[in-house]
Amino acid sequence: MKFSEKWLRELVDPAVDTQGIADQITMAGLEVDDILPVAGEFSGVIVGEIISAEQHPNADKLRVCQVNNGSETVQVVCGAPNARAGLKTAFATVGAVLAGPDGKDFKIKKAKLRQVESFGMLCAASELNISEDAAGIMELAADAPVGTCLREYLSLDDKIIDVDLTPNRGDCLSITGMAREVGVLNKVPVNFVEVDAVAPAIDDTFSIELEAPKACPRYLGRVIRNVDMSAKAPQWMVERLERFGFRSIDPVVDVTNYVQAELGQPMHAFDLSTLNGGIVVRYPDAGEKLTLLDGNEVELSSDTLVIADKERVVAMAGIFGGEATGVTAESKDIFLECAFFDQIAIAGKARSYGLHTDASHRYERGVDWQLQRKATERATQLLLDIVGGEAGPVVEAVSEADLPSDRQVTLRQSKVNQLLAFEMPVEEIEEILTRLGLEIVERGEGTWTFAVPSYRFDISIEVDLIEELARVYGYNNLPVKVPTAELNIIADDESKLDLHDVRRQLVARGYQEAITYSFIEKNLAAQFDDQNEAVALANPISAEMAVMRTTIMPGLAKALQYNQNRQQGRVRLFETGQRFLPNGEELIQENVIAGIISGPRLAEGWASDAAPVDFYDLKGDVESILALGGSPEAFSFVAARHVALHPGQSAAIQRDGETVGYLGALHPELVKSLGLNGAVFVFEINQASVLDGKLPRFDSLSSSLKHVAIWRCWLMKNRL
Amino acid sequence: MHDTFFFNANTLLRTHTSGVQVRTMESQKPPIRIICPGRVYRNDYDQTHSPMFHQVEGLIVDKNISFADLKGTLEQFLREFFEEDVKVRFRPSYFPFTEPSIEVDIDRGDGKWMEVLGCGIVHPKVFEHSGIDPEEYTGFAFGMGVERLAMLRYGVNDLRLFFENDLRFLGQFN
Repeated sequence: MKFSEKWLRELVDPAVDTQGIADQITMAGLEVDDILPVAGEFSGVIVGEIISAEQHPNADKLRVCQVNNGSETVQVVCGAPNARAGLKTAFATVGAVLAGPDGKDFKIKKAKLRQVESFGMLCAASELNISEDAAGIMELAADAPVGTCLREYLSLDDKIIDVDLTPNRGDCLSITGMAREVGVLNKVPVNFVEVDAVAPAIDDTFSIELEAPKACPRYLGRVIRNVDMSAKAPQWMVERLERFGFRSIDPVVDVTNYVQAELGQPMHAFDLSTLNGGIVVRYPDAGEKLTLLDGNEVELSSDTLVIADKERVVAMAGIFGGEATGVTAESKDIFLECAFFDQIAIAGKARSYGLHTDASHRYERGVDWQLQRKATERATQLLLDIVGGEAGPVVEAVSEADLPSDRQVTLRQSKVNQLLAFEMPVEEIEEILTRLGLEIVERGEGTWTFAVPSYRFDISIEVDLIEELARVYGYNNLPVKVPTAELNIIADDESKLDLHDVRRQLVARGYQEAITYSFIEKNLAAQFDDQNEAVALANPISAEMAVMRTTIMPGLAKALQYNQNRQQGRVRLFETGQRFLPNGEELIQENVIAGIISGPRLAEGWASDAAPVDFYDLKGDVESILALGGSPEAFSFVAARHVALHPGQSAAIQRDGETVGYLGALHPELVKSLGLNGAVFVFEINQASVLDGKLPRFDSLSSSLKHVAIWRCWLMKNRL
Repeated sequence: MHDTFFFNANTLLRTHTSGVQVRTMESQKPPIRIICPGRVYRNDYDQTHSPMFHQVEGLIVDKNISFADLKGTLEQFLREFFEEDVKVRFRPSYFPFTEPSIEVDIDRGDGKWMEVLGCGIVHPKVFEHSGIDPEEYTGFAFGMGVERLAMLRYGVNDLRLFFENDLRFLGQFN
């Protein structure tokens, strides 16, 4: 969320600079991503009015304008296509200093453009770093006061603060929420917006029925008749909206967006003439459709809460309005909606339609359930000021039983001390929590019961209060120590190898450890394994990463290819990791060790020839890791076929007669299709079979010597 | 919170290794002190995001484990890991399974804070689900990205290098 610093300071104005505020809120858990000035640095730019714009005598694309600067009329040559008589625009007078495109300042001087004198420059928004709009000079409002400093008129001495709010702090998704937090951190009062009820001028109402009260326990509506849609939202509102990230659209949308930005309450307005009979908040019937405000038609799933009238669905509750019932430039009467939707009822729904709106963003994080009346009155007040008209009474449909309840949370001082490892003074505990808007309901012996304000829906249990205490006290001010523990000795099975032993062995034999992706291309997977059909991701990132590997070999073969393409001819790589085997509905994840070798047997050197590796190099490497566990005799190599291996140079690795892996030359077809050079040898073996070693058992030395002695006697006796 | 890769309505690839913590707490009695490294997957791919990367998580559960122990342990870890006197700061954040939740930033002398890991005090509900009495035991958990820390430690500037398996890259870490 981003917001204008100036707006914030109108609500709360601590004696801290912009960076200071950013640091404070970042350290309170509202992380500031960026601080951006609203406009570039410039001076001497005022509101000017073009009195006349004549064609330049010597240049097709230039115009000679007479510009009123508030006290006199001066001549300015301008190349903008929109320079026309009557336009109010940004006028950099002689002596003005702007930031050039190279970042250096440049001063506006009296100049002659093709023999015509020019006293200043008319500016595009991009030239003042207000926006990227470079299509023409700025088009200011018709009532802009000529001669006023542009910075002042557009309140450009402002910064936009961009905060990355965590999902638990939905209460800060408004300028009011931010101000409340800044007030707490600085111990200064906040000038909250005061809202008075707007007395109804007419009696017109529109009925509201809550058919799904659990999902929508409160819905307020108000009819406003005879609005003037040709009116425009005032400059200050447009500025605040833009700096909040809302584009100005029409006065009604601007006001509902403004209330959302100001108070955090999403609102919607319908064209009353398009609604039939009354509002019904319900779940859709099978097959019901809605064309959204963006023009897209969606079929509504049965768990998507909707706003309907008596005939059809008119909006997706808390997410998006419908096109057919939206307010347009022709609207005369409107129906203002302000609802409280249950967080769970809205969560994830927008996303299931590929949508994400400001409203859904807020409802998913929680909206203050006590806010709807205030927001309705605020929106009415603002609307009437802009578009005029007469407001009817507020109609509220509510299911009290389904509304959230007032929460009370008990806090024990002992728990605070335990979790924060120090005795926070009682006064400080009370002071911090009351500053945050909690109220002490009951004070006991080392305990308190606090009432939680309705906007802090993230506070429901004791640790939530302790978190608030820690956060406001400052995480970095809390004590530091290290855990103490009993020094128990942990059993370590000596007969089991550690995977690190295998890794070290391979590294010692000249291998590098590789890490390849667990998901690979579907065809490649099939080329390396005809026994298992690789499990496919439903939402792969690309065709190259579409199925889960059933063997590590293809990943290593691709890594070899990558290196050969980069003139790395001598390659020895291994990887340890999982392969994913389908087994009905289940997915078996088996840990394996795999390796690949190719290129010269020995690194280049004065004494070595360039003889390439062969099957026995790989077999030697594999045997060396099989021997680590102490029972190499348990393993055997049996000629066997494997789809990825050369039919004449491949073997199954067996342990006690059971196949636990394969090794051999990569199949010539694969070598060819992958564009690999030279002979390539690979192995893959189940980890557990390698790591399951044996405890050495001593065999008596004397007895074995005895055998030798007997044998020798026999030989001598027989004179052999 | 993150975009997942999934196979069907019931099976997906983990986006973090926290499942290991839960399984450990369900099967073992405190005191618990574990480190769980592993591959994780998120549907995100650009210069700074890889669809697959590695995480290391840690969990300690015992009587009287506090916020102070968390701070001390992670501060020590970061100083030892970088083998320098890095400045460490603890910043409030949000994770659903810890309360309070914390993000840890470091400053290696250039005045810039860099986020390096997330952590927090184990949420009492996590204990309840695992059959551990949150009144008797407390704990803290942390998680960090292996590639991210390796990048900072060794000055690697592109995350993708970790998965290209270029021998000229791998050979620099012998």
